[in-house]
Order: sequence, then C-alpha cells, then structure tokens
Amino acid sequence: MVAVSAKQAAEETPEREVRVPRAGKATPYLFLAPYLILFSVFVLAPALFGIWVSLHDWDYMLEGKPFVGLANYTALFDDQSPVYGDFWMSMRATGIFTVFSVPFLVVLPLGVALLLNRPFRGRTLFRGLFFAPFVLGVAVVCLMWRLLLDPNLGLVDWILGTPIPWTTATPWAWIALVGVTVWWTLGFNAVIYLAGMQDIPRELYDAAKVDGAGRWGEFVHVTLPGLRPVALFVVTTTILASANMFGQSYLLTQGAPGGSTRTAIMYMLQQGLREYKMGSASAMSYLLTLALILVSVVNFRLFRTRS
Amino acid sequence: MKRYTGLLALAVLFVGPLVWALGVSFKTQTEATRVPPTLLPAEPTTSAYGTVFQGTTDTPVLRWFANSLIAATAHMLLVLAVSALAAYALARLEFRGKKLMFGMIVGTLLVPGFVFLIPQFLIVDRLGWLDSLTALIVPGAAGAFGVFFLRQFFLGLPRELDEAALMEGANHWHIFWRITLPLSRPALATLAVLSFLSNWNDFIWPIYVIFSPEYFTLPPGLSILQGAYTIHYPVIMAGAALASVPVLILFSLTQRYVIEGISRSGLKG
Repeated sequence: MVAVSAKQAAEETPEREVRVPRAGKATPYLFLAPYLILFSVFVLAPALFGIWVSLHDWDYMLEGKPFVGLANYTALFDDQSPVYGDFWMSMRATGIFTVFSVPFLVVLPLGVALLLNRPFRGRTLFRGLFFAPFVLGVAVVCLMWRLLLDPNLGLVDWILGTPIPWTTATPWAWIALVGVTVWWTLGFNAVIYLAGMQDIPRELYDAAKVDGAGRWGEFVHVTLPGLRPVALFVVTTTILASANMFGQSYLLTQGAPGGSTRTAIMYMLQQGLREYKMGSASAMSYLLTLALILVSVVNFRLFRTRS
Repeated sequence: MKRYTGLLALAVLFVGPLVWALGVSFKTQTEATRVPPTLLPAEPTTSAYGTVFQGTTDTPVLRWFANSLIAATAHMLLVLAVSALAAYALARLEFRGKKLMFGMIVGTLLVPGFVFLIPQFLIVDRLGWLDSLTALIVPGAAGAFGVFFLRQFFLGLPRELDEAALMEGANHWHIFWRITLPLSRPALATLAVLSFLSNWNDFIWPIYVIFSPEYFTLPPGLSILQGAYTIHYPVIMAGAALASVPVLILFSLTQRYVIEGISRSGLKG
C-alpha cells in the first residue's frame, strides 16, 4: 500500500522541474516513518514495557496490578515459592534439549555440506531435498512425526521391530525431540556451511595439494579453519534456536512424561498467556535472556581462543 | 558412485517420512489403523480430504486455509513495503542519528523473540486486535530482518544511476521506485518468500492471540484437528498436507532465491 502511494507521488511530480540534487530534510524520515511506527509499537515498546510488567504483580484478569519490585525475580530463586519447582524443571528441560541437540545440529550438517560441496549432477536437487523439511512449519512436522513414532501405527517402531513409546517416556521422548528437530532443521545449517565452503579460496586447496595433503588433510587444514566464522554463526544460532524450543514439546510430547519435557518457553507462556500471571512470566523471560547472553559470551570466547 | 549412494540414503531419510505421511492421507481409516502399517495406501481414497474440506464448526479447515493465505500474503506485502522504504533511507540517504538508528534496529535481531511475546500480547490487546487476523499480520512486520537484508542489498547497487537521475532532477521517490526497486527484484523475491513462509508456518503467536476457530490459521488449526480426530490419522494427515503442499510448491519454484538468500544473510549477519 505504501509502495503504491509512493508510485503515485512519484508520477504526480513534474518530471522536467529542475531540482536541487539533494534530499529534503524530511525525506529520510518520510521513508523511515512506516517502519519506525511499527518498530516503536511492536519492538521497542514491548522491550521496555516487559521490564515494567516484570516489576508488578501483573495479573491480566485482575484490576489491581501492585508494584512488587524484584519479587517476581527473587521468587524464581526461592524454593518456597510456587513457581520455583516447575520453573527450574523447565529450565532443566531446555538445558537437556540444548546440550543434546546442538552437537548433532553442528556436526551432521557439516557432513551433509561436504557431500554437496563438489559440483555433480543433481546437486541442486539434493540440496533442495535436504532443505525441504525446514520449509514446513513445526505443526506439520510434529503431527507427522507423532504418527511416524506411534508405537502401534507408526513406521519407525515397525522398521526397528521395537515397541518404543517415543513420545510418552524418557529417555525416548528426548531422543524423539532431538531426532525430529535434527530432521527438521539440519538442512538450514547445511546450507549455511555450504555457502561458507564456497567462500574459501580455491588457491588454498591447490596449495594444500601441492603440499601433498589428501582429502582428510584438506579438510583439517583448509576447510575447517576457513569455516571458523561460519561455525561460530551456526553454533550461536543453533544454541539460540534450541533454547527457544517450544513447538516440538508442545505438540510432540505435550511435556510428557509428568512435565519433564516441558521447556522453559513453554512454561513461561503457560504462566503468562494461559494463567495470565504476566509479571512472573516476564521475569522468567528476562532471566532466560540473561542465561543466553552468558552462554553466547562463553561461546564467543571459546571461538576466539581457538584461533 | 559412493557419493550417490550416501546422497540417496540421506534423501530417503529426508523425503521418505514426508511421502509416507502423505500416503496415510490417502488411506482408509481401517487401513491407517492396521498393524503392522502398510507402506503405501492399498486402496487409495480421497475420503479424508472430503472430511477435511467439509469441516465442522470447530474445525473449519478451508476457512483456516483462507485465513493462512490472507494473513501470509498481507504480512508479506506489509514487510516488503515498510522494509524497502526504511532500507532505502538507511542505505542511500544521510540524516542525523542514522548510525544509532541502524544499530538499534539491528540490535533487536540479537534479542530472543520470546522476550517480546507477553508485552506484545498486552499491546495487541490494548489495540483491540486480539482474536483477529490483524494480530497475525501487523506486529511481525516490525521485525528487523527485512530492513537489514534489503539495506545490505541496496548498499551493493551501483550509485551512478541514482546520481545521474538526481542530476536530471529526479527526486528520491523516483529513484526508489524506478531504479532501486527494479534492480532489487531478486532480493525482494527472497524476502517475499521468506516472510510468507514464516507467517504461514507461525504457530506460537496465533495459538495465544486467536481464540475463535474461525480466525485460526492452519498451524494452530492442525493442533485442534489432532485433538478432534485423535487417531483418525488420514484426516489429520490430509490437514497437514493442506498446510504443507502449498509451501513445498512455493519452495520448489523459488529454491534458488530462498537458499541463496538464507545463506547470504546468514553469513553476513
């Protein structure tokens, strides 16, 4: 809509008029205005408003929203508070999921990217096939895998010849959550690695060949070092995505058994947007953000010392 | 040859589950509950699709399909319009506070999305948008990705054409509309597909801001469908097919744009 009116505005201005070849003072702000309005209302305002909410006993359903200072935060560390047990169980679930999914999502896509890295017939097709699951939403993916993992009707137990209750008992539920997530998002990381590999100068490979390096030598001495910035990106985004995990637990295991696979985001949203205890839920979201910042800092440090 | 063996095995792992699940949507209920499961439908039928298309008051699946299409299309157009305008200012115009503004916009890319959910819910409530498609279309367009992505692309375009046009008296609207946008078709196409896909697939936001079945999109709808049809897997899979076939077709037509867009923006981000 905005673009259309821009076109009309452009056409109404007389073409021949001699203009000073400089933008008017207001021009940049006119271009920015539509986005900035959205940005202020839906990004900046929420970021600040969330902090305000977290300092109050903010129950959506109640009239009074008394100021409670940091009580919503301290409650998360007080083992007498009603949220303590469930909150830390959900943090543990997110932690377990992150620890087990990130290594697979960092290493396996690298292997797939290596397979795809040389030109061969059908390369684009294969790249597309591996990427295809990522195009699907979490709802489709989880519904599909609930059926595939059904102990009676599913294909997986039938092929394995096992009666494993993939979505209702641990550790199977964790294997299912990690496995489905790897199946769903592997293609994304593979594509990022692949682009990184194609940015490594060919001369480096030629030089390695001259030095008598084999396939493995090339991989260790040229490909891996060349991929360091890309790997940092992959590790960081994968940790963030894993810590954000919500849909898979919500749809595939529904937190089962006994809430042990209910992730931090799932618990936070249940508190905030189902039970409408928004002050407490906001405090959880900031605590989780703080944890993620710490993890990211450690991650950056690790990659720096290795170089 | 060894390469193809590995690739084919992987391809079966990635595509096999999709094909099997699609097959289930063409099975009869009896066949779908048969133990052991059949690989492909023995007597293919479209009766599950009949059930899905017919819908019920609680599961108006075609309505969800229409909602998804409307929301994703409107969201995509909004993202393109506001992001392209803002990106042009950030790439081509000089003004006070530009660096600060760009830093702030890009900085929000690093903030995990869940932080915004609860306050956004309260703001959307205040605007009176809860339980409407507007809540699914507008707030997401405030995301910084589109602005960042298009700005990077605009910066790579040659400036000579702009300068020549300015000398001839064109204003920035002209340049934006007649030069920058036409030259940016691949980037705009990539952003269009990515924003369409992310909106079409979004699950977490609609399940909390939409309450009435008639305003659901397909992803939250599918979880309702699962609750309503429990082990009537052909019906559930037909619903899942309805949600995935359009995006798989869109992806196969625009594969190059999507993958290259993702890898380029991923690396530079």
